Amino acid sequence: MKIKVWVNGKLVQDDIAPDMTLFNYLRDKGYKSVKCGCDTSNCGLCTVWVEEKAVLSCSVLAMRVDGKHVTTLEGLQDEAEAFGMMLASEGAEQCGYCSPGLIMNVLRMKRELKNPTDEEIKAYLSGNLCRCTGYMGQLRAIKKYMSQNGEA
Amino acid sequence: MFTMTNYVTVGSLEEAYALLGKNKSNKILGGTLWMRMGSQTIHTGIDLSQLGLDQIVENEEAIEIGAMCSLRMIETHPLMNEYFSGIVAESVKDIVGVQFRNCATIGGSIYSRFGFSDILTALLALDTYVELYHGGILSLEDFIKTSYEKDILVKIIIKKEQIKGTYQTERLSHTDFPVLAVAVTKGQKGYKISVGARPSKAALAYEAMHYLNTRDELGEEMIESAVHKVIEELNFGSNMRASETYRKHLAKVLIKRSLKTLSY
Amino acid sequence: MKTVHQPIIKLDAKALVTGKPVYTEDLAPSDCLVVKLLRSPHAYAKILEIKKDIALKVPGIECILTYEDVPQQRFTMAGQSYPEPSPYDRLILDKYVRYVGDPVAIVAGENEKAVDRALKLIKVQYEILEPVLDFEQAIDHPSCIHPEEDYHVNFDIGNEVKRNICCKEGFEVGDINKAFSESDVVLERTYHTKANNQAMMETFKTYTYLDYNGRLNIVTATQIPFHVRRILARALDMPKSKVRVIKPRIGGGFGAKQTVVSEPYPALVTLKTGKPARLFFTRTETFMASTSRHEMKITVKIGADKEGHIKGIEMYTLSNTGAYGEHGPTTVGLSGHKTMSLYNKAEALKFSCDVVYSNTMSAGAFRGYGATQGTFALESAMNELAVELNMDPIALRKLNMLEVGESIKAYYGEILQSCGLLECLETGKKMIEWDKKYPSYRVDDHKVRGVGMAMTMQGSGISNIDIASSQIRLNDDGFYTLLIGAADMGTGCDTILAQMAAECLECDLDKIVVNGVDTDQSPYDTGSYASSTTYVTGMSVIKACEELKEKMLKEAALQLGIAQEALIFEGHQISNEEGTVTISLDTLAQNAVVGEHDCLIAQASHSSPVSPPPFMVGFAEVEVDTETGHTEMIDYVGVVDCGTVINTSLARIQAEGGIAQGIGMALYEDITYTAEGKMRNNTFMQHNIPTRLDVGNISVAFESTYEPTGPFGAKSIGEVVINTPCPAIAHAIYNATGVRVRELPITPEKIILGGE
Repeated sequence: MKIKVWVNGKLVQDDIAPDMTLFNYLRDKGYKSVKCGCDTSNCGLCTVWVEEKAVLSCSVLAMRVDGKHVTTLEGLQDEAEAFGMMLASEGAEQCGYCSPGLIMNVLRMKRELKNPTDEEIKAYLSGNLCRCTGYMGQLRAIKKYMSQNGEA
Repeated sequence: MFTMTNYVTVGSLEEAYALLGKNKSNKILGGTLWMRMGSQTIHTGIDLSQLGLDQIVENEEAIEIGAMCSLRMIETHPLMNEYFSGIVAESVKDIVGVQFRNCATIGGSIYSRFGFSDILTALLALDTYVELYHGGILSLEDFIKTSYEKDILVKIIIKKEQIKGTYQTERLSHTDFPVLAVAVTKGQKGYKISVGARPSKAALAYEAMHYLNTRDELGEEMIESAVHKVIEELNFGSNMRASETYRKHLAKVLIKRSLKTLSY
Repeated sequence: MKTVHQPIIKLDAKALVTGKPVYTEDLAPSDCLVVKLLRSPHAYAKILEIKKDIALKVPGIECILTYEDVPQQRFTMAGQSYPEPSPYDRLILDKYVRYVGDPVAIVAGENEKAVDRALKLIKVQYEILEPVLDFEQAIDHPSCIHPEEDYHVNFDIGNEVKRNICCKEGFEVGDINKAFSESDVVLERTYHTKANNQAMMETFKTYTYLDYNGRLNIVTATQIPFHVRRILARALDMPKSKVRVIKPRIGGGFGAKQTVVSEPYPALVTLKTGKPARLFFTRTETFMASTSRHEMKITVKIGADKEGHIKGIEMYTLSNTGAYGEHGPTTVGLSGHKTMSLYNKAEALKFSCDVVYSNTMSAGAFRGYGATQGTFALESAMNELAVELNMDPIALRKLNMLEVGESIKAYYGEILQSCGLLECLETGKKMIEWDKKYPSYRVDDHKVRGVGMAMTMQGSGISNIDIASSQIRLNDDGFYTLLIGAADMGTGCDTILAQMAAECLECDLDKIVVNGVDTDQSPYDTGSYASSTTYVTGMSVIKACEELKEKMLKEAALQLGIAQEALIFEGHQISNEEGTVTISLDTLAQNAVVGEHDCLIAQASHSSPVSPPPFMVGFAEVEVDTETGHTEMIDYVGVVDCGTVINTSLARIQAEGGIAQGIGMALYEDITYTAEGKMRNNTFMQHNIPTRLDVGNISVAFESTYEPTGPFGAKSIGEVVINTPCPAIAHAIYNATGVRVRELPITPEKIILGGE
């Protein structure tokens, strides 16, 4: 079926299967930053933005983003690097497999929450699982990033 | 993996309902969160997202939540935090994570009548109704007791009332399904006690409620008796998260705490 | 030191955080055949017939392979040096299926939908056999799990396969009965640890193709590229020379990828069809059809005198290896060796064990590798003993723990050369405010906080078995290429080894290029497991760098016409003692690649006769709701002696991450089976790993010692960090509630029902 979607600001028109997930659609289009870590909508690795919301691309049908703007990490390279290297300074990107999903949600959080407490940060990001770091190094980096002035 | 042959974003509820009736494997699409875990064969997926059902509105008598409102919207919406002691907003905040709650819809949650449902437990302790396109308005309690008929859940209606309420759960890890969920409210008509994830779906404890609502004041002993009645009248069971014995114990503790909070 | 002992950012960091396509799945060509596995719905059955004719008619299906299509040479998937201690008890596909999830058929097709359809159309007729689901009933059960005639063990491991015993071993130092008879207090307790899933974020992923030489290329997410080459060559009955294994970036392993898992199936498809093929496991498959931590029941008996001097320790471990023997014989010993060794002053130590087969998923390697289970048992028993003796548990440790210079009785008599246990205890005690908080304090009418502790050790590589080689080259622009065979699985070993090279070669880190592993190009390394990379591979890097420096000096002497002894290596250049004559490395390298010179390449191997233990002390503070049993992690303090810390930020993350996994094991993670033997917890929905809301606050400190046999004084850190949370948290919960929970995970239900 036909869809028209803006991926990272670029208009794309496609003919896709109606049961294709947004995750598969984006991977097929070459947006390989988007990862999948579970079958049950639990891990957060596949996080992308649809309009101004962070969503699980594994659980959204591609047909549903018809006419919408989708953003992946490929479309946020400067911000990804700015925050990502803070993460790396703590060693907290580790294997890196959960990093794109986490970063997508952190960049979203930066836009949504002003001066969040540690507990608010943890709650906002609770849907981003990580098995390597124990989350502490991530929190150290996120707090530094969140305290930076100005819009992301 | 599920398969779906056709996808239609409908322009009206009439169109959706007609389409739904056309083929028995046509389905209304909610947040589509766990669809890929199933292996169902769907003929036409019906998308309601263009019908403006993603609004929470207030009228004279009620708060109305459109079926396509996300759980995240419910969590953060000022109305949901202002009314009902905030228990509806409170009930969804531990569900997986923000991205999940941005996708999950209240329509999908309620229509599925999940045993572990947090929001069903909370809504049952309020004066809640569902509006079905074909079936009209019926109480949430009647709705969850009926079998799955093909219809479209249009909105959730919560009658406004001056109430105090609490929502409490026990979870093994913070974002897991609840081992037990308890919502207790105290309004003009008295107390309501709703217990979910027993592990079967939420239900009201009528005998306990009746007992409480026919007493003038609430002392320690009465709370004990009411808690005892809840354990007697509702069924509790075991699953991989907890045993029946522990769930009963937990129900006693959580209901007692709720009643104590509300009786002050 | 300039580069070592610094918080260096990982070399691959930028690529990872900007989402570059660097993992196996990202790299797989789009024309790969899609491979999926039909799995057994039965815990134990014999396949009578497989009808695949209808499935084969699905358009796009390339092949369907069954037990009739695979080489008949049994092998083990365990990634271990040859000859493996693990039994050769499997085929790629077997006539018998031994757990729910065991592969029955391999289906390959052009696209996922076709393969999914074909999977549904294969008809299998089974003779269902009675499964062995309770590992305590396994020995001499009427069902024998491995009835095959060609079952093979490489050497004596105490195997009695017809009795479902995979292996049996033990040791005794001193006279244990005498030690107990001379004790004032003898305490005996049994502890039960469960199977846990490693749950690395990247599932098992492999793609395969034939290259222009007709060789089988396997690109795979593995910790053990060289073992994969050897194991696959055997499994596929082909020469090793025809197999090449490439390891790109890996999304975590924690031991899961120390076993061959997804590799054989697409490899067989590629061999049969000549076409590239790929197999990416779903999370569910990763849970139900790989390897988990070994479930163990451990009985501990300790004898001590009234003053707290430990006279003797006896441990018996029953370990469940599941359907196959992978890592069964090698993990179990650690439950004794790496626990009792802490109490080296005891006169007598005895250990015995049985490792049994059952019709559950095979167990395998998971960070800690048996030591984690043993630590829960012995450290919990020590904490129970402290109560019996009315002693502070820290004082009990101090009185009995091993010290530098001792020959460690339960650890092959190794002489302990570095040990920071005492410093770890003191520092941790201060950080958690033990004296103020022990044993517990009340928060409100139903919340109590308790503190608890435990200590542990691991090893650094496998002594006399692990071997690493590295090669370093000076290139014509004055930069180096470091070739290693150790597999960075996300931990940062490429960076750590480059740090060591930069330190040796007195250069900046950006002068060192390191690549992933390719068995055609990289020098041999047993692989990244057994906490070996920093310690064993690190030493080989240092040796290679020293050798290269020597060669550079020799070459400079030749080029400058000055005696080598008069030259000094200064990092970016080589000069004479007076500093009047210099040659830059750039020029040296340029000259060395023209005409008759010695290209500047050096290589070295390293194997260690010892496996020096890193140590750690863990302190937990929990808050327990005494009415519901709900437990919240408040603080976890871990103090680590890993010798010299090579990369301060990466070591901290290793410790914090290991502690978080330990918290998961202590409180949440539990693999259970239905009465029919189907795993119930095979998703993140039903198997909770900790989220960031669950771990409380984790604080880590280092008490560095200097290990003379290690690179720059370093020991390992990767595994030791997971061991303390289980016993320390159990202890904290006891101190808060008075309830002892001896079976993991410690759920609210166990706390409440144990207390009622």
